[in-house]
Amino acid sequence: MSTTTLSESTPEVKSRGKLSELLASVGGQNLSLIGGLVVVLALFGSLNDNYLSWNNIQVIAEAATISGLLAVVQTVVIICGGLDISVGSQAGLASVVSAMAFTSAGSNALVGMAAAIGVGVVIGLLNGVIIVYGRVNATIATLAGLAAYKGVAQLISNGAAQGYVLNNSIFIFLSRGKIAALPVMVWLLIVVALAVHVLLKYTDIGRNIYAIGGNDTAARLAGININKYLIAVYGLLGVVAAVAGILLTARTGSGQPTSGSEGLELQSITAAALGGCALKGGKGGIGGTLLAVALLGALENGLTVQGINSFWQNVAQGSLLVVAVVIQQRRSGERAVGLPG
Amino acid sequence: MTTTLTNPGAAVRGLGKSFGAVRALNGVTLEFPPGQVTALMGENGAGKSTLLKILTGDHQPTEGHVLLDGVEVALHSPAQARAAGIRIIPQEPEIIPHVSVAENVYAGALPRRSGRRLDRAELRRRIEADLERLGFARVLDPDLLGSELTPAQRQLVEILRALTGEAKVIAFDEPTSSLSEQEVDALFALIRRLRDQGVAVVYVSHRMKEIFQLADRIAVLRDGAVAGVLDAAQAGEADLVRLMVGRDLSTMFVRQMVATDRVVLDVQDISTDDVTGISLQVRAGEVVGLAGLIGAGRSELALALAGDRPIRSGKVLLEGQELRSGRPGEVIRAGLGLAPEERKAQALFLHRSIRDNTSLVVLERLRRWRFVRRSAERELAQEYSDRLRVRTPSIEHEVRKLSGGNQQKVVLARWLARKPKVLILDEPTRGIDVGAKAEIYQIIADLAKEGIALLVISSELPEVLGLADRVVVMQNGRITGELDREQATEERILSLAMADDLVSSDEGRTA
Ligand SMILES: Nc1ncnc2c1ncn2[C@@H]1O[C@H](COP(=O)(O)OP(=O)(O)OP(=O)(O)O)[C@@H](O)[C@H]1O
Ligand SMILES: [Mg+2]
Repeated sequence: MSTTTLSESTPEVKSRGKLSELLASVGGQNLSLIGGLVVVLALFGSLNDNYLSWNNIQVIAEAATISGLLAVVQTVVIICGGLDISVGSQAGLASVVSAMAFTSAGSNALVGMAAAIGVGVVIGLLNGVIIVYGRVNATIATLAGLAAYKGVAQLISNGAAQGYVLNNSIFIFLSRGKIAALPVMVWLLIVVALAVHVLLKYTDIGRNIYAIGGNDTAARLAGININKYLIAVYGLLGVVAAVAGILLTARTGSGQPTSGSEGLELQSITAAALGGCALKGGKGGIGGTLLAVALLGALENGLTVQGINSFWQNVAQGSLLVVAVVIQQRRSGERAVGLPG
Repeated sequence: MTTTLTNPGAAVRGLGKSFGAVRALNGVTLEFPPGQVTALMGENGAGKSTLLKILTGDHQPTEGHVLLDGVEVALHSPAQARAAGIRIIPQEPEIIPHVSVAENVYAGALPRRSGRRLDRAELRRRIEADLERLGFARVLDPDLLGSELTPAQRQLVEILRALTGEAKVIAFDEPTSSLSEQEVDALFALIRRLRDQGVAVVYVSHRMKEIFQLADRIAVLRDGAVAGVLDAAQAGEADLVRLMVGRDLSTMFVRQMVATDRVVLDVQDISTDDVTGISLQVRAGEVVGLAGLIGAGRSELALALAGDRPIRSGKVLLEGQELRSGRPGEVIRAGLGLAPEERKAQALFLHRSIRDNTSLVVLERLRRWRFVRRSAERELAQEYSDRLRVRTPSIEHEVRKLSGGNQQKVVLARWLARKPKVLILDEPTRGIDVGAKAEIYQIIADLAKEGIALLVISSELPEVLGLADRVVVMQNGRITGELDREQATEERILSLAMADDLVSSDEGRTA
């Protein structure tokens, strides 16, 4: 065969190959994220004794849960060739709805959650339909959503926090409960991330999602119903954003129209990009995104523990997003001509 | 082989190039003398494009040097190579989609008036003069946008671009794979003119006929090394093949007729934006060749049948069941597959593995619940990758790292693996080497034997004649005639393909 010359390998090369094979399966991008995480942990750990305590690690993990959930679904949308900058607004609206429905149903947590998730589904599908059938660019459509859904949340809540939910055992469980020493919230993130990972990696649905983002013409000619997939993916994002909104309600004790959810779009997109998603679509994975979420969470907490102004944290996050994308474009050998594709 | 390297023209000495573990070039020493056409041949993945990309500064060699007029030159970027007088017409044209042909051609050197304003009148004069001078005035409208161009026109834009300014070395990487006979003639005339002006021409192609028409010397690469350099006047086809593949190929492919009477695909008088009144039938086990010039509407017809272009009138029946237009997914599930013409734009997922690309339309068969059965998938991809001789270290390799011809094989593998009831192959062997071509013909024959109905679009007449039980010829969006295997000859096909419009539309009805 014509391939023999390519795979000539002596025994020593093979044994060394095992390690490099393992490293390759983790991926260069992930390795640098792990490296970055180690540096951040070591840096703040040496500056502050409490930083690496189990307690603080849990704080980091809990704080990262909500943005982590959104980053996971943002990853799916980006792989499929889309983008959603209304995720934060969706979570805020879901948070308000969950608390208000909870209160008006006589402190029934399940009604609150069901209402929030229902709203999430509707908004997600609406985004998808506007993009697919309205032929609106995903960035523009969800930029409009960012404003509109936030507006709706403020309208129905009059701009104020709604209800108090921490008198209900379910919400208390969500906010403070632990299973096997890990906070319930973190478990939720783990379960969602794992499910999405399996979906992307091991099912034909996942293959089709990568295909659509990688080359939509080719995906169409391979018989994939692109419209259906895009709408479903945005619908999935709506559901998970609603779950994030419910967690936000549980964490803060009441429905929050904006506080706690503003800026989540930036965080989720940054995490996805840092984690190796090509913003053009077709490339990326949950593992990288989760590592990036951990890195961002550790960084944010470290800066806070050191008493660094939160304005600087915004600067840091914005810079990270740009740096992540620049690195990616360099890697893909993108030519520096005109507007990037 | 001559080794005096102080000669004029371009040369490479001890050139090596590695991509990670893949050794694309290994100690290549070659000369490209001025005033001669040096053909570069070799199997898919032998290293031809890599060599050219080093000449044009796109890749940096791992070892060795490039010499220009006997002097070592460092080519760190395409701009440097261009300034040094080296031009390439790449295998995959790069066109700016939103600007006109004229602006594409002179991109970077547009004529200006005072200030920085674009001088449109001057631009127009220049492009028209250049088109006239180079013999492409009738085939390329300078006002078309980059995104509106056909593959052939994109190729021409690249050629025009390469010819602006003064060039010492011009390399063509499979320039004819998307050109029609007419355009090929114009291109060959142009290449000969360049050669006579003292340009060193490098010409890469898998088409023997072209090589013997054009080349003065033939350099053969095998597995990244020079297998031999022959004088074109003395080289025979068989010697060349042996040098390229390292073995003798079984002589001319002969196909048995296995066509049955059962009509599988029945196209009844369909019209779309690009084709008019098309009726044709393909039977189980039959291979129908669809011939015609570039722009005759063959690919557009294929896309319409695949459900990707709206059908305005008429209907398409697959085993008696009407196919709905505009729904590629439904059409595929009904049993029709199309391996489209443009591999990068229409078929490949460049950042995914060979395995992934191959299995995409077979996933329904490979999954349990909705989980893809990994081992079955790997087996399938490996089987087709071996059969089609895809040159790669592993099927987990990303497709973008494969050579052009190997990428084409992956597209074919996808659809051959699916085995639909009707398989349409649009230019299946574009850019594919002789050895793999023979294998593809064999697979097509095997599929026919299994009762699959095949429609093969090809601009290479010998291929159409060798494969098809029946040849349907199109021109200008209409069928101008149909020839049985016994009647079909190159001349007849060509005369139908170029028949005068008025006459042909009448003939089409009676044929
Ligand atoms: N960017 C890349 N990364 C990794 N490997 C590459 C890359 N480009 C080329 N290769 C490998 O180098 C080898 C030579 O490729 P090249 O494109 O030069 O072949 P070629 O002779 O032009 O073939 P074809 O006739 O199919 O165009 C192939 O094995 C290919 O897989
Ligand atoms: Mg090539």
